[in-house]
Order: sequence, then C-alpha cells, then structure tokens
Amino acid sequence: MSDRDSVSTKKHEMVTIDGNEAAAYVAHKTNEVIAIYPITPSSNMGEWADEWSALGRTNIWGTVPLVIEMQSEGGASGAVHGALQTGALSTTFTASQGLLLMIPNMFKIAGELTPTVFHVSARTVASHALSIFGDHSDVMAVRSTGWAMMASNSVQEVMDLALIAQAATLEARVPFLHFFDGFRSSHEVMKIAQLDDGEIRQMIDDDLVRQHRARALSPEHPVLRGSAQNPDVFFQARETVNPFYLACPGIVEKTMQKFARVTGREYKLFQYLGSPDAERVIVMMGSGAEAAHETVEHLVQKGEKVGLLKVRLFRPFSVDHFVKALPKTVKSIAVLDRTKEPGAGGEPLYKDVLAGTCEAMGSGTLPMKTLPRVIGGRYGLSSKEFTPAMVKAVFDELNKEKPKNHFTVGINDDVTNTSLQYDPEFSIEPSDGVRSVFFGLGADGTVGANKNSIKIIGEDTDFFAQGYFVYDSKKSGATTVSHLRFGPRPIHSTYLIDKANFVACHQWFFLERFDVLKSAVPGGTFLLNSIYGPDEVWDKLPLHIQKGIIEKKLKFYVIDGYKVAQETGMGARVNTIMQTCFFAISGVLPRDQAIDAIKNSIKKTYGKKGEAVVKKNFAAVDATLEDLFEVKVPEKATSRFIMPPAVPPEAPEFVQTVTAKIIAGKGDEIPVSKMPKDGTFPTGTTQWEKRNIALEIPVWEPDICIQCNKCVMVCPHASIRVKVYDPALLSKAPPTFKSIDYRGTEYKGTKYSLQVAPEDCTGCELCVEVCPAKSKTQVKVKAINMKPQPPIREQERENYEFFLGLPDIDRRTVKIDTVKGSQFLQPLFEYSGACSACGETPYVKLMSQLFGDRALIANATGCSSIYGGNLPTVPWACDSNGRGPAWSNSLFEDNAEFGLGMRLTIDKLAELARELVQRLAEQIGQDLAKGLLEANQSDEAGIYEQRERVKVLKQKLETMTSPEATNLLSIADNLVKRSVWIVGGDGWAYDIGYGGLDHVLAIGRNVNILVLDTEVYSNTGGQMSKATFRSAIAKFAAAGKPTQKKDLALMALTYGNAYVAKVAMGANDAQTVRAFLEAEAFDGPSLIIAYSHCIAHGIDMARGMTNQRLAVETGYFPLFRYNPMLTKEGKNPFKLDSKAPKQPLRDFTSLETRFNMLEKTYPDRAKELSALAAEDVKSRWRLYELFAGGGDGAQGKTDSSPSS
Amino acid sequence: MDLKTTYLGLKLKNPIVPSASPLSRNLESMKRLEDAGAAAIVMYSLFEEQVEHEAAELDHYLAYGTHSYQEALSYFPTPEEYNLGPDQYLEFLHQAKQSLGIPVIGSINGISSGGWIDYARKMEQAGADAIELNIYYIPTDPRLASQEVEDRYVSVLHAVKRAVKIPVAVKLSPYFSSFAHVAVRLDEAGANGLVLFNRFYQPDIDLEELEVKPNVILGTSDATRLPLRWIAILHGMVKTSLAATSGIHSAEDVIKMIMVGADVTMMCSALLKHGPGHITSVLEGVNKWMVEHEYLSVEQMKGSMSQASVVDPSAFERAQYMKALNRFR
Repeated sequence: MSDRDSVSTKKHEMVTIDGNEAAAYVAHKTNEVIAIYPITPSSNMGEWADEWSALGRTNIWGTVPLVIEMQSEGGASGAVHGALQTGALSTTFTASQGLLLMIPNMFKIAGELTPTVFHVSARTVASHALSIFGDHSDVMAVRSTGWAMMASNSVQEVMDLALIAQAATLEARVPFLHFFDGFRSSHEVMKIAQLDDGEIRQMIDDDLVRQHRARALSPEHPVLRGSAQNPDVFFQARETVNPFYLACPGIVEKTMQKFARVTGREYKLFQYLGSPDAERVIVMMGSGAEAAHETVEHLVQKGEKVGLLKVRLFRPFSVDHFVKALPKTVKSIAVLDRTKEPGAGGEPLYKDVLAGTCEAMGSGTLPMKTLPRVIGGRYGLSSKEFTPAMVKAVFDELNKEKPKNHFTVGINDDVTNTSLQYDPEFSIEPSDGVRSVFFGLGADGTVGANKNSIKIIGEDTDFFAQGYFVYDSKKSGATTVSHLRFGPRPIHSTYLIDKANFVACHQWFFLERFDVLKSAVPGGTFLLNSIYGPDEVWDKLPLHIQKGIIEKKLKFYVIDGYKVAQETGMGARVNTIMQTCFFAISGVLPRDQAIDAIKNSIKKTYGKKGEAVVKKNFAAVDATLEDLFEVKVPEKATSRFIMPPAVPPEAPEFVQTVTAKIIAGKGDEIPVSKMPKDGTFPTGTTQWEKRNIALEIPVWEPDICIQCNKCVMVCPHASIRVKVYDPALLSKAPPTFKSIDYRGTEYKGTKYSLQVAPEDCTGCELCVEVCPAKSKTQVKVKAINMKPQPPIREQERENYEFFLGLPDIDRRTVKIDTVKGSQFLQPLFEYSGACSACGETPYVKLMSQLFGDRALIANATGCSSIYGGNLPTVPWACDSNGRGPAWSNSLFEDNAEFGLGMRLTIDKLAELARELVQRLAEQIGQDLAKGLLEANQSDEAGIYEQRERVKVLKQKLETMTSPEATNLLSIADNLVKRSVWIVGGDGWAYDIGYGGLDHVLAIGRNVNILVLDTEVYSNTGGQMSKATFRSAIAKFAAAGKPTQKKDLALMALTYGNAYVAKVAMGANDAQTVRAFLEAEAFDGPSLIIAYSHCIAHGIDMARGMTNQRLAVETGYFPLFRYNPMLTKEGKNPFKLDSKAPKQPLRDFTSLETRFNMLEKTYPDRAKELSALAAEDVKSRWRLYELFAGGGDGAQGKTDSSPSS
Repeated sequence: MDLKTTYLGLKLKNPIVPSASPLSRNLESMKRLEDAGAAAIVMYSLFEEQVEHEAAELDHYLAYGTHSYQEALSYFPTPEEYNLGPDQYLEFLHQAKQSLGIPVIGSINGISSGGWIDYARKMEQAGADAIELNIYYIPTDPRLASQEVEDRYVSVLHAVKRAVKIPVAVKLSPYFSSFAHVAVRLDEAGANGLVLFNRFYQPDIDLEELEVKPNVILGTSDATRLPLRWIAILHGMVKTSLAATSGIHSAEDVIKMIMVGADVTMMCSALLKHGPGHITSVLEGVNKWMVEHEYLSVEQMKGSMSQASVVDPSAFERAQYMKALNRFR
C-alpha cells in the first residue's frame, strides 16, 4: 500500500540523518558550484556542503564542488545564475525570506530555460510576526516564476526526489524548486536508505550535462542572452517556452519510473493511496501527507472509503495526471494548503484542484460522472501540529451535507469560525512501537544523546527510527523535548508524541513547571534524574506527578545522574548517563547489546576528540547502572506541592490570558480571539516570567564594594541594579536587605544598595569577573560572589521587590557620561532570553538606560530580534512614567532603511508640529510656543522641560476644536527629542544589509546605528560573515577564513559626515559610554561597532569581558572614535582610544576555540593564516595611527581618551 | 681537541645538549641548534595533563551551547579528524628525526601510569633515540609520605623501562629528604641517566591585581651550584649517565660540570637569552680552556673533581661555610 514500505533494509546502506543532510547529500554529489547563505531552517544544507568540500569529498564526476558563501540570498541566486549561464551545474539552498530574495533571478533562470534544482526547507514568510517554522507560504510566493515545484514529504523522499528533480531538470530544461517542510522534514532524524554513487550515476545523463555546457556563454562561440525586448516581441518570446512546460510532467514521470527501476522505490506525480473505491479524498503535499497517509491506512482498515492524493509535482500542474490519479468513485475532495493567502478566493493548491477538476469536466477527461465537491482548508501554519485527529476531522467534514469551505484545522478560530472541531484523544499509534519523550535542558546534552540513540537503533537493528526535537525560544536555560519513535515498520507519524510508553525527565525542576507525564500511557515507564534516592524521592514529588504515576500505573525509576556525572568527570552533562538508563530499562535492545552499542557509538562520536573524552564517557556508562533504581510506588498521592501558576496573579490581564499560557506550553489552546490582530504586543512582560535558571547568583558584600557600578554595566540580563535613596526609606526594608552609605559627593547623605534579581539572573558570572574590589583579608572574596540560589531565593525575591519599590533616580541629577552615573539609570531592556553571559545585551541595555525613554528601535533580524522580540515575553520595558523603547523588526536586509524611515517620520512630523505651533501660537500662548520652538534638548534637564511644555500644550489643545489643534494634538509628542536606534548584528551590517547601511550613512540623517559585532552569524549557528577575522573557523569557513576582516568603521568614516566608533565594553567601559553619548548627540548618522563576545566563539563565557580586553590589548580590535564635530573645532576628528599592541595576537586567539580549532584540523593552514592575521593587526594599527596623527605620537593626541 | 662524550649510551660529539624548551617547538630553531653544535636535543615535554585538558576543553567548547536553540543547534563545523596533543607531538618528533642528524630525546610528563607507558611507546615508535621522564610533581597532600613519593618515581620508571627498548633518563627535582638514596634506587631500577635538576615553575604574586601570576625567571650561573654538588657526590656512586642542567651559561659552567662528573650539560635559559648560536661560542670557550690548560679530552676531564676525586670530599657535604679549618690528622 505504501510507496515507502518497499524500502529494503538489506539492499541499501541505511543511514540515520535529517532532511537537510539528505538534500545536501544529493546536491553535493550532483553539482559543481554551490552558492550558500544561512537562513533557518536551511542553513545546515550549506554547512554540510561547505564541510564536505573542505574535507575534499567529490561529486559523482570526481571533482570537489566549489562552495561559496554570498552576502545574501539575492547574491547567492545571482552567483548561481552566473554559474549556470557559463555551464556549471549549480545550486543553492534557502527558505522563507531568502527564497523571496531569489525571485528576480528565478524568473530569469526559468525564462532562459536553465536546468538547476534549488533545495528549500519551506518556512513561514514573516507577516504580522516572524516565524522560523515550517509552512508553504514561501514556496507558494514563487509560483509565478516558472519553476517546476516538487514536494518531498519525508526524509527518504527528500533524498530521492532531490535526485529525481536533478535528473529531470537536465532533460526538461525547466528549473526545479525541490521543497520539504522546514523543521518537520528538514530537522527530523530518520532511518533511510542512502543512494549510492552508482545509483546517482545511473540517474544523471552526462549527455544532458554536456548539452547544458554547450548552451553556456563562451567567447569561443559568443551569443547574447538577456536582451531587452519591446511590446512588439516580448509576448511572443515569452510563449516560446510552452513546449518545455508541457513536456515537463512527462519527463518527471519517466524519471520517476527510471528511479523505481534503479532503487526499487516508486514515486508518481500524484500518488494515490487508500481505498480503491474511495468517496472522500484529501489532496495535499508536504510532511502533513505522512500523517494523512497513516490515518487513511487506519480508516481504510476500519472499512471507510477514504483516500489520499499526495501531490509531488505541484508545478507544472498536470491536470491530466491529476484526474487520472483519483478513483472514479470520488464524490468529495478536501484540499489542504499549508499556507494562507488573505483575500484570495482560496489557497493555491485548492484553486488548482478546483480549476483542474472543472477543466477536466469541461474537456470530458474527468473519470467521475459528476463533478466532485471540492473544499479547501488551511492547516499547519508555522509548523502547527497536524495529527491523525485533524485528518479524521477533515474526512468527517467531507461526510457532512454542507461541509465548511475555506476551513482551518488545528486551531480554535472563534472569530470567523473557520475551524473544524477534532477529537484530540483520537490516536492511531501502533501497539508494537516504542514511543519515548525526554525532557531535558539544552546544556545537559539530552538532544545530542537522543540523536545518538536513534543512530544506534537505526544502524544496529532492523527497527525503523524517527527523532524530532522541540526547543523553547530561549537561548539560555532552554528546555528541550525529544520525541523518539522506534518500531518494526516505516514510521509516517509526522507529529509529536502524545501517547508515550517511556517518559524521561532529565531535570528535576521541570516537575514543578510542566506536567511531564501528560503524554505517558497507562503501564508506561517514567525515568527521573533525581538527587533523591529511591527511598526518599516519592515525598519530594509534586502532587500532579505522584497522581500521574499512581493513576497511570507507571513503572518509576530514578537515577542521580548529577552524582554520576560529577564522579566521572562529565560535569553538568548527564547525556550519556540518561541514555544508558533509557537503554537499560526501555528494552529496545537487550541490555548488554545496548551497552556495547552505546560504547561503540561513544568511540565513534568522541574518538576523534581524544582518548580522555572516550574514557570519561565509558566511565559514566559503567557507573550508571549501579545507581539506577526502581521506586516502589505508594498507593496514595500525599504531596502538598501544587504546581504554581506560570505568572503571578498581579500580572496584567493580557499576560494572564495569553502570555501565561504560552509560558506554560499551552499556546496551542489560545483561540483566535485572544491574539492581537496586527502583531502588536505590550512591552515589559519578561518581568512576569520568573525562570529561576541560575544555580548560583551573585551576592553583594557592601563592606568590600567600592560602588563603581561595573557589575551593573556588564550584566546582560539587567539582573543586578543599583539605587541611591533616602535612608528613611529603609525603615520598611526586609530584614536581609543590604545597604551602605553612598560614597560619592553628588548624592551626599543617601544610602546605596546593589541588588540582584534572584529569579532573573542566569548565573553567568560576568559581574563577578569585572568586580575590581577584593577583600583585604582574603583576595578571593570580591564585592560580589557567587552563592547557591535556592537557599536565598525567597529572601532575595523579597529584597528585590522592596528594591524595585524604591524611587527611581531623577535623570536630571545623573552624571550620565560616566560608567558609574549611567548605571543609576533604569534599564529598559531586562531579563531577555539571550545566552547566559551574552556579549551583545550589555550594549543594548546601556542604550536603553541612556536613551530608552525616547527611543525608537529598528532591529535587524538575528539574535537581537530573537532575544528582543520572541514570544512569550518582551524584554523591552517602560519606566515609571510609562515611557520606554518602541521596537520593531522589519527584515534582515532592510534594517538601516527601516530605521531611516522612522527618522524621516519624526523629522517630518516634528516639522509639521513646529509649523502648527507657530500657526497656533496665539491660541496656545506666545511664551509656550516660543519655549516649544526654541527648546534646548541637549541634556536630560532640557528634555524634561520640553516634556513639561508638551504636557501643557496637550492640555490646551484638548480644549480646542479646530482641525489644526486636533492635528497638533496627534503629533505633539514629536516635539520632544527622539532617538532612533538601528540595531543589528554583523551579518546584517557587513553583509546583507550593507548596501542600505551605506546609503543611510551617506544620506546624513540623524540615526544611530549599533552593530553588535560577534564576527559571525550567531543566531543561525555561527556562519562566517565579512566581519569574521582571518584564520577563525566558522561554519561556511570550515577550513578557516582566508581573507581579512572588513573594516566597516574605516569605510564609514571615509564619508566624513558620520560619527563612527569602535567600542569593547570589557576593554574600556568608559569609552563605551562616551561613544554612545557622542553618537546620540551627533546630529547626523552615527555608527557604533561594538565588539561582542559570543557563544559561537567557543569561549569561557564567564570570562567574556577578559577576552574583550585582550582583543583590544593585542590590537585585534582597536578602539577609536571619529567625531566630525571636532573638525569644525579645527581638531583631528579621529581619536585612538586603545594603546599600541604590546602582546602577541596569540595571547587573545589562544583563548578561543574558533582560532584554536584550525590548529587541530588544518595545522599547516593555521600557521599560514595566523601569520597573515598577525600582519592584518599590525597594518591596521599603522593605518589607525596615521589617522590619529601619526606614529608614536598618536597616543599623545588622544588626550581625552576615557579609560576604564 | 676531543670533546666526545657518551650519554645514555649515545655517542655524542660534545657535551652540550639543549634541554626541553620552547626552542624545540619548531624545526627551524632545532635545526639552528644543531648547526650551532648541539650534540643532541631534548624535545619539549609532552604533558599528559595538557593533552587530556586540551581534549576535554575542545569537547567542552564544541558541545557548549549546542542543541539548545533551534536556529543554532551547533556553532562549529564538524571535521572528521582532530590533530590532538600526542599526535601533534609525535608527528613533530618524527619530522625532527627526519631532518636532524643528532639524537633526539623525547620528554614526557605523565599523570597516569597508562599515560607514561603509552606515550613512551609512541615516542619510541616515532623514532626517539631516548626518553627523558620529566617527573614534574609537587606533592601537596600532607598525608603523602616521602617514601610513597619516591615509590611513585620508581614505579613510573619501572613501567616505562618495561615498555620500551630505548634508553630512559629521569629528570629529578632536588626536593628529596635523602637524595642519594633516591638516585641509587632509580639507578637500581634501570634508569639510564639522571638529569639534575628540574627547576620547578615558581609562581609570583601581582601586588596591584592581587593575583598569582606566572613569572618565569631565567636561570643564571648561580643555579649551577646545586647540581654541581650532587653530580660530584653521585659520580661513581651510580652507574647511570649524569646530565647537569640548571644555570649552565658559560664554558666555565660546562667545564665545571664535566669535572665533577657530568656526562653532558644541558642548556636552556642561556639559549633563550642569547639564541642557538650561543652553543658555538661556549664550545669554542671549552676548547680554548682545554687547550690553555692542556686537557686532551672531555673523557679525561670527566669526574676529575668529583667527591671521590678531590682532596677534601667533605667540602661537598658541608651545609654551612666553615672558616679556615686547619688541616690536622
């Protein structure tokens, strides 16, 4: 019945890989030039291609494909276009917005009848919100480009159809878009049969390859391709391609038949399965078709006359093949689209099916006597679950006399009532499979271990295996849930497990937050990593867990994985230990065989990293079984621990009804009516999400503290704060609240308190690292020291609440241009989901402190848009006046332009407001008008006064009725100085957004551009950007970056009209503060390039600020400020803020894996590149010295250089 | 002038051997040492702890932060091979043997008995002419008796001797309550040579930063006094070769060490300070002195002022300076 059930485990080499690897495997085997650019979820395809080429792996013609990273997807498609036009076999990989950037080239490539296959892990296109997850909105947006479109529904199909598409395009000359669902197929790990070189060779016709080359541009036989045509001929020329499109389906069909002969796996353009006399049929494509596949099999067994038509070749849409694939008995069809086209008469596949059946009816080719009823519906947007229950609901709908058309399934649409009801309890999971769910932390290695287990089972047994992994959207303390299926038959279940016979919880605290046993089936097994042994654990469990174990009669096992990990040198990584437990009690393999298999796998995985790592893991495996115990389960649940609500009761209503549900993992239950219509969310909501992820938090020692506020400055999560206040306020302080007399002159007589937010701190230790104050009697004791969080959580929570209640400082009194002063200002960016010890967020937070109450922020897509704007909660916050940053993210590539647009609005509306103030001067009063128009807003006091004037103005305007007064009222706020910040990473600023950034700098408008320079695309996993330093290893630079870092700051300052600064907080925090203030004060474009240490550097993140310091001291990242204002004063605008490098570059690079790794992978190349990198450092320094006034005297000219 | 000597059974053209130092970290400087006249070279030490640390560190940083966030499941490419610790060292040792004409002595600092044996075998396979066990160990455990410390040295030597056929020397610190006893035990356990003495790294503190900081002080000729005494005492007492290290800077230092009984003298600080060419001038100085003082060969001079050879053997044993002792019998 199934096309894939014919897979023989004996004939082919079986591999356990994900969809991206499957696609990249075929692409790398069958191409010569590969242009890549990172975008989730397709980045891995480019990474594989780059790594394989770096390792010297060849394609089927014995040559290593050339892999090149471009500056954007637009660039990648352009490079591919050029490569194709000159006769190479060329490809790229992309998704979502990336695919949209390729559209212009795609039209050209198709118009020129050029064979190629682009592999796309289909992903949602951003609309009201960005989403990295899967649906077909991207591929549907390129329907009109003239590309053939082929859909793969599973990992096996990804590999197979990638080859079929490659073979077909060469003959058809129509380019192919081969797509599969982002995450569900791109990241699902599956056991599949791998195509071997012989099979690929058989499928690819070298004659066709040579024909492609013969058509290429060559000066030996020159032609022109790409003319400009006029109304007289364009139309006719456009119609010349018709025969190719007419022939294309037949060619694909023929290729599929050949593929079946070569591999034994059979595919059809439209593949039907189900009852031969089906009356109700679902038509769909993508991974959801797999869930539909198994549901149809189930329903047919029960005697239902239902069927499924999988669309494999969506374009060109062959009506003939389509109608012939349907049983003659069909009475009604439901077409499911994984996309939404607002305003359209229906979604694309639905309309094609509708048009196709009508057309066939008209032409007499429809096999049915009467036109079947066709309804369309949407499902699975942004990887929304699509389950057998939903499939059944669709079939049930088709049974109705008047089924809903344009329905949705999988959500509760209580606004326009489009949704179908479904029974969430309906399940068709087989009885003979193993279904396991694991709750872990990112940091404990759970996912890696599970991927390993799948490989073991996939490759050591005849079982089929599937793994899918769900992550929360935090970058620190992230929760992971692994869903693993194993069984004797191929697995079609493309949805999460909700009937698990094995549940493992690898972290105790999940018990207090989630119902981890929700998916456990009666009689199943529960494994818990617990510091409490088998005799004491029961009494420690929360009530809902006790009840779950008793009611479901679960077998309950505990292991103290932390203890075993500590004893065997595994640290916090309980991965190997928990994996061993899984094999020991799940019974998937006999115990001894399983242990051998784990050890073999450890050797394979860690062997290349050295014997010591292997030994450590072996020791963990051996120690595990001795510490694994079954717990005797009592008959009654006695716990008094009730799971607390996700947010406290005092949280606002929206947080209670929407945010809290998302935090609790119940976002699927939120109905349409509760969601904001236009993507607008309240800010300041991270404060309600207390994550408690720090094992240790800093504790203040007031007597040692020198009140420098450096710890506050570097805290990436705004979890350490300071206030000065009237001593009388201490009368209501909690007993353990600490304070000390303020030591400065400016707030004489006040008290000073430094307070940690115990539940928001991530325990990163950056604060302790920068603390300069040491105890006189024991130098290891600083003014802040890490202490375990649980024993002090309650008292510090109370202290923090009291602290927040103390009055905020009057901004007018603050010495804003000092590190100390700036840190008295309230952070308006707090408790984000950024990585623990993030190097970017301290800058973002500083900006929010200095300017947040009047800031508009345009944020490029990337890390900063994720920790800044990913649900459930928003870190951008408000002050006590309700003011705070207003934030938006447009795209990755257009952020400078987006921010410029904000500036233009402010400039225009401020101008209009001033004009209206002038016109209404008499009515509002001449003095007020004069004050408003001539206000000096260069400091906090001036801004305060202007705000007061605007307040008065608005009060007056509210009493006036003239249209001009009403208009002025709507724009009066623009009279207060606003600060536009354009924020993004180096991937944006150096690469994809550089054109726009350059233009915005050139235009001269007053915007502030903050580039958080991590020297890689951090958010997508560390791919090389033009900011990457020479000799560093990065993804897409597996053999080390051969070229030098682009000097964006230098390029920007050549305009002469822009303020430019390079800062590194860990090296010189005072210079950082000064640069931010000068940039904002400069009435023109400002560019701050902020060196940001990053998890992608492979460093000890707790020492991130030390690495920053060494980056500066070795000349790796010299600091300077270029202020055009100084030119007007007759001074040199360029000030070097760091000293000539005295230490070798190696003192910095040896601290970072990105540099060290090259020595361990390509030692000779490492020597060569590191020598060149050292030369880069020297030559750049010489150049900067020249700018600063030349030679050794340069330092003398940086008279006002602030130092930390 | 005949400068030839024998060390660990190896026939050497002269008694100057550069000891383990950064100069033996690249082929170019090793070649320069050979050109300047070095009779053999001791490679820099392969530290088992460092090898293990590097592997663990690489594993840690490559795994750190992975599989936590769906857009960035990892942060680095995954190469098929890593060129780690012992492989790098052994490959380099092999290359050194290929390109140098003089003997190359591998140096190991182990932390486990498995490590000592494994690395020694691998060095032998890579072509090392001999192995120096750099037993660099500060016993800080107050429950560890001196006897146990000595036993460790002997057991390491035993294990390595059983594992390899090439000669094995032991580099020692002077911090033993009965040094002569230790030397004899090692001699009996099969050591082919004793290298006296290992200068331990001695940390300093930074008064501004209030931190303990490494602060390597290069040795001076003054440091020769300690090995000078013990080589004089051990010469003739043990069968093993004796190498003098610590403070060998000048021709006089070399000559003194040979006279008290050293088979070779090992240089480090002087070469770091003056460069490999310093060997040439020291050799010239030795030659000149021998001509002036009418010595014919190093072998003739060797041990001529050992404890057993001098008029007043007790001079090597005195713990305090004693003034003008009259000779009386």
